Amino acid sequence: MLIAIMSDMHGNREAFDACLAHAQRQGVERYVLLGDLVGYGADPGYVVDLARRMQDSGAVVLLGNHDEAISGSTADMNEYARAAIEWTRCRLDVAQKKFLRDLPRTHREGDVLYVHSEASDPRAWIYVTNSADAERSMRATDARITFCGHVHRPLLYHLAPGKQAAPFTPNSALPIPLSATRHWLAVLGAVGQPRDHNPCAAYAIFDTERRAVAWLRTPYDIERAAQKIKNARLPAILSARLYVGR
Amino acid sequence: MAREPLATGATVDGFLIGEKLHSGGMAALWEVTRSDIDYPIVLKAPQIQDGDDATAIVSFEMEQMILPQLTGVHAPRCVAVGDLARQPYIVMEYVPGHSLLPLLDKAPLPIADIADLGAKCAIALDAIHRQHVIHLDIKPSNVLIRDSGEAVLIDFGLSHHELMPDLLAEEFRLPIGTGPYISPEQVRGVRSDPRSDLFSLGVMLYHFATGQRPFGYPRTKSALRARLWRDPVPPRAIRADTPEWLQEIILRCLESDPGLRHPTAAQLAFDLQNPGEAPITARGRKTQRDSLATMLRRRWRLHSTPARAALPIAEQIEAAPIVMAAVDLGDDLTTPSDVLRETVARILRALPGARLACVNVLRLNRIGANYVLDEQGRNIHVQRLVELREWARPLGLPEGQATFHVLESPDTAGALIDYARVNRVDHAILGARARSPLLRLVGSVASRVIAEAPCTVTLVRAPDLSVADPATAADGASDSWKNG
Repeated sequence: MLIAIMSDMHGNREAFDACLAHAQRQGVERYVLLGDLVGYGADPGYVVDLARRMQDSGAVVLLGNHDEAISGSTADMNEYARAAIEWTRCRLDVAQKKFLRDLPRTHREGDVLYVHSEASDPRAWIYVTNSADAERSMRATDARITFCGHVHRPLLYHLAPGKQAAPFTPNSALPIPLSATRHWLAVLGAVGQPRDHNPCAAYAIFDTERRAVAWLRTPYDIERAAQKIKNARLPAILSARLYVGR
Repeated sequence: MAREPLATGATVDGFLIGEKLHSGGMAALWEVTRSDIDYPIVLKAPQIQDGDDATAIVSFEMEQMILPQLTGVHAPRCVAVGDLARQPYIVMEYVPGHSLLPLLDKAPLPIADIADLGAKCAIALDAIHRQHVIHLDIKPSNVLIRDSGEAVLIDFGLSHHELMPDLLAEEFRLPIGTGPYISPEQVRGVRSDPRSDLFSLGVMLYHFATGQRPFGYPRTKSALRARLWRDPVPPRAIRADTPEWLQEIILRCLESDPGLRHPTAAQLAFDLQNPGEAPITARGRKTQRDSLATMLRRRWRLHSTPARAALPIAEQIEAAPIVMAAVDLGDDLTTPSDVLRETVARILRALPGARLACVNVLRLNRIGANYVLDEQGRNIHVQRLVELREWARPLGLPEGQATFHVLESPDTAGALIDYARVNRVDHAILGARARSPLLRLVGSVASRVIAEAPCTVTLVRAPDLSVADPATAADGASDSWKNG
């Protein structure tokens, strides 16, 4: 079965729609959203409603730190993120906020774990920025494969028994088989705000039979998404960075 | 690792295990069958005892990743891989035929055989390099020759796939490869350069030519490092009848700096298939190893230059294509060979690593063979070669970048298409005549080449000045009005 895994939509309707359409064309049968439905982008309501409908029809939807901040604290955020959260709070109704609040932090299926940030402490929103971070996450779970987002840059870490974790940067859409003898941490790029110098929306497809993951990219109408952010008078950097993917 | 031992008569995931064919250091091979597969297949399983060498496990893991990605005749077709945690195996096509290993005992081999085997191996390497894979363990026992003649590369356990994680690079600091064949950059830990395979192929060709190993059989890391600065004894010093062109090719493969080797496996195959066409440098003529001073200079330079990761394979291949210019040496003045030359010049300016094959077809009558001499008794073939060289002279190419070929055939298009296929041409450039009584005929040659050549084809056409454009026509009209 093919599972589309998407993370960090961040209220970017155009990017989210483009990824869903792209995934549908690949014959995807299930969806997992790894959190951060909102924050930064100008269409939080649209993304939340769509995620809710997807959940109703069987999709897994997880909580991200921006989703949590809607009803919680923004103390750990930078000024742009905070401004976007404050703006977003005014755009979501009670039911939408409750939906976000009730989202789970992790989801486990067999030897696969889904989480927004990483596995060692899903409440702490730790960023996986190097092999040591990745190793801590992989050692914290008995799941062979962990999927996460949060850092907005695609990366694949692997860990063999008795060794140290090592990174690989996915550089094509070729599915990479994940052998059962080691641990893997598959970090997804962002749907709504890529930061790996590639402005195309990023997501992944997991082929459960072949145990293989493909990191995929699709172009979307950046102009439109950026214009909405400008119209909403959100910080200018939030629209500008979409064009360059950083 | 294996939960149940494999044995004749047992069934694994639908595969019925037959005879054990081979039991080697790291793996065993079994003959297997499955009702839905109508070609011979084998099962390869790792032979790993408890607490055994970790390289063997990771290497099997790598082969399980890489082999299913490869297509084409130059690697065994992969049928299935077995879960490493449960029952590790690879089921693949059984390739009948022999490996090149027994040939080592027969070396020195005839020169023509060496060029032929070398070209077959280089073509196979080109095929896997174009699929993002570097073999990194090329040696006679890992090359089989199919009954149909193509080389098949086996054992991808030490290979590198540039679109996948390299589990070996991450986990092992020691050089990974086979002592006599390992390239200098592999010794330095670089596993991303396709030209490493050209080095190993060079070691094979050297052995086939001389009966000796160019760098011996080093067993320590320091002995392994010697090839970084010490050049081998030139084959001509061991076997006097080694042609200069073959020594040129072999020693170029064995250059310590990958940048001095052939830029691609396809260009190496081209030189092996066209013996004597490429120019001979001092490398091809020398009969002694480099002087102590040269060797020390190389060794010194090595200390100041760290090993560098190579460019992506596709970039290396795209930067060094084989370009064929089909040059029409017609006698009439409408020949568009000038326009063709300008187009070729533009392409070579953009891709200085390209090889240019200037090709002309000498059409033969299907009957009668007195074509060799013209009315004046001159050798037409030689005359055509001279004209081809003259055609290319204004390009001002460095020696070695262009080669010249006159093909003799009754079928112009067929000859060009065959040439492009055999020589793995990436880009064929042909001229079309704007106006000519032969337009239809030439047109059919170009359209057949475009339809059938296994490469990109560019058709160059000189502007047809006989067709008046509307502005000229209007001027003409105003002129006549004025005159009237």
